[in-house]
Amino acid sequence: MLLTDAAIAELESHANQIRQNIIAMLVEAGSGHSAGPLGMADVFTALYFAVANVNPSKPQDPLRDRIFLSNGHICPVWYATLARRGFFPPDELKTLRKLNSRLQGHPHLGSLPGIENTGGPLAQGISQAVGAALGLRMDNSTARVYCLVSDGEQEEGQTWEAILCAAKYRLSNLTVIMDRNNIQIDGTTESIMPLEPLRQKYEAFNWHVIEADGHNMRAIIDACEEAAAIHERPTLIMMHTIPGKGVDFMENNFLWHGKPPTSDEAKKALNELRTLGGVITGEHQ
Amino acid sequence: MFALNPKIFDIDVASKPTRDGFGTGLIAAGDANEHIVALCADLIESTRVEAFAKKYPNRFFEMGVSEQNMAGVAAGLATTGKIPFAVSYAVFSPGRNWDQIRVSVAYSNLNVKIVGAHAGISVGPDGATHQALEDIAIMRVLPGMVVLVPCDALEAERATRAAATYDGPVYLRLTREKTPIITTPETEFEIGRAYVVRPGKNISIIACGPLLHEALKAAELLKKENIDAEVINCPTISPLDEKTILGSLKKTGAAVTVEEHQISGGLFGAIAECSARSTFPVPIQPVGMPNCFGESGTPTELLEKYGMTAADIVRATKKALK
Repeated sequence: MLLTDAAIAELESHANQIRQNIIAMLVEAGSGHSAGPLGMADVFTALYFAVANVNPSKPQDPLRDRIFLSNGHICPVWYATLARRGFFPPDELKTLRKLNSRLQGHPHLGSLPGIENTGGPLAQGISQAVGAALGLRMDNSTARVYCLVSDGEQEEGQTWEAILCAAKYRLSNLTVIMDRNNIQIDGTTESIMPLEPLRQKYEAFNWHVIEADGHNMRAIIDACEEAAAIHERPTLIMMHTIPGKGVDFMENNFLWHGKPPTSDEAKKALNELRTLGGVITGEHQ
Repeated sequence: MFALNPKIFDIDVASKPTRDGFGTGLIAAGDANEHIVALCADLIESTRVEAFAKKYPNRFFEMGVSEQNMAGVAAGLATTGKIPFAVSYAVFSPGRNWDQIRVSVAYSNLNVKIVGAHAGISVGPDGATHQALEDIAIMRVLPGMVVLVPCDALEAERATRAAATYDGPVYLRLTREKTPIITTPETEFEIGRAYVVRPGKNISIIACGPLLHEALKAAELLKKENIDAEVINCPTISPLDEKTILGSLKKTGAAVTVEEHQISGGLFGAIAECSARSTFPVPIQPVGMPNCFGESGTPTELLEKYGMTAADIVRATKKALK
């Protein structure tokens, strides 16, 4: 896809707004995960604003591409992206994790327009995505299935059951996008349970593997387009991301995996996001 | 009236495993609706999915020995409008993939049918690892999950077809051994209904699965002792037909439950909860696995050793009437 510099700048602006929404939502909720949602804001933006065929006014369109989230704990980025894309009113974002909210702590199928699957207990989403890809292919649908997964959930046995199955059925309509941010709750993935060589593992399971910079819009979009062009096998895109991206005191620190910012920390984070890291003058000092 | 096979107490009563009825029911459901698909975890012959897989190869998915993935794939298929039957042995599914069933199927309220074959102690020589005796309990606590335990092959076929046309998650429990044909091809079946199979006034014997036959035999034995037993077939454990159950309990004032399952959490649990919540709780005695693991043996030996025969039902009845 040939995107002008202006189009890329617009995507980056969406991603920045989504990051600000994530910080605001987490502070309001008082619990939740910070690093993953911030790290995946660029990928979600690219998927919903440039790559996938989705239409907020027809969320159940049978021809739509399906976007599943397997590591449901990063759902603040899903909610913020869906709201920004017009699936539901952005005002509702502040109800995250509150009683009677449609924005559950982990996503629930059917709770909100655009939420395509229930996820939380890790690795369940990838099996669901395999099933959706099988079902769409039975119907000769041209729709694609995108499944976002984490690197930590590669430790679940179910992940590898699903990976075997997707390769068996040559699900070329399935793109799995892994947030390779190298952290999980208790530490770095390689210290908790070494995953490398991860690329070679997927290749040995007959997947096509692409690696991309998960903070470079053009690289994200190009990787998704390459995946769509692959025949006879599913594709894994290992998105190399920085956990906590955009908020310097959160970046690359596993301690931010599973906690929200305090209101003081949120002020600092929002200030950084609103000034593009100090490049421009902030409106909310 | 719930029609019974007139030859039910004959020595040469026809017998068939409930899994056979599932096999024919699945074909019939598949013939009637092209959205029906089947998944199996490396057990197509013994679970009787094979005929469907041969007739509809494009609607069958062999998942290999991967029950967790199978439940998730079934859920994903359901999001595209398919009606998946995910089939394995009950010890593996729902035994091994309960979390996947809970989250991907039940909480997601997807139209997936989980079929657990070879349930109960009567799977026999395979021993305790393969004897699913907790599956009713773990499935009936899932909100929105329909739990079906057919009493014979004919009822299993009807239950399969009913599950196929019901919109929502269903668990269907099957058994391995040949057991007597209790019902007729015309006997009625509706999800959510219990049936008075034999009316009586002194005790309610409530059974699910093939042990219904032992319950009916027990009623005949009790008749000789002037105890008039009402026998109820309760093929839907959840949602329970409280109206029929409470109607019977009110009339008889005592009950015995009969199931090939741990006495905690299964049919006994469901009936006891129902009775306790009523305004007239009654004494209830359980016949079932006495909350222990099984062992290898023939089905008959095991049912005798662990106390799930007509004689045990008679004993339990007398205890309940004390």
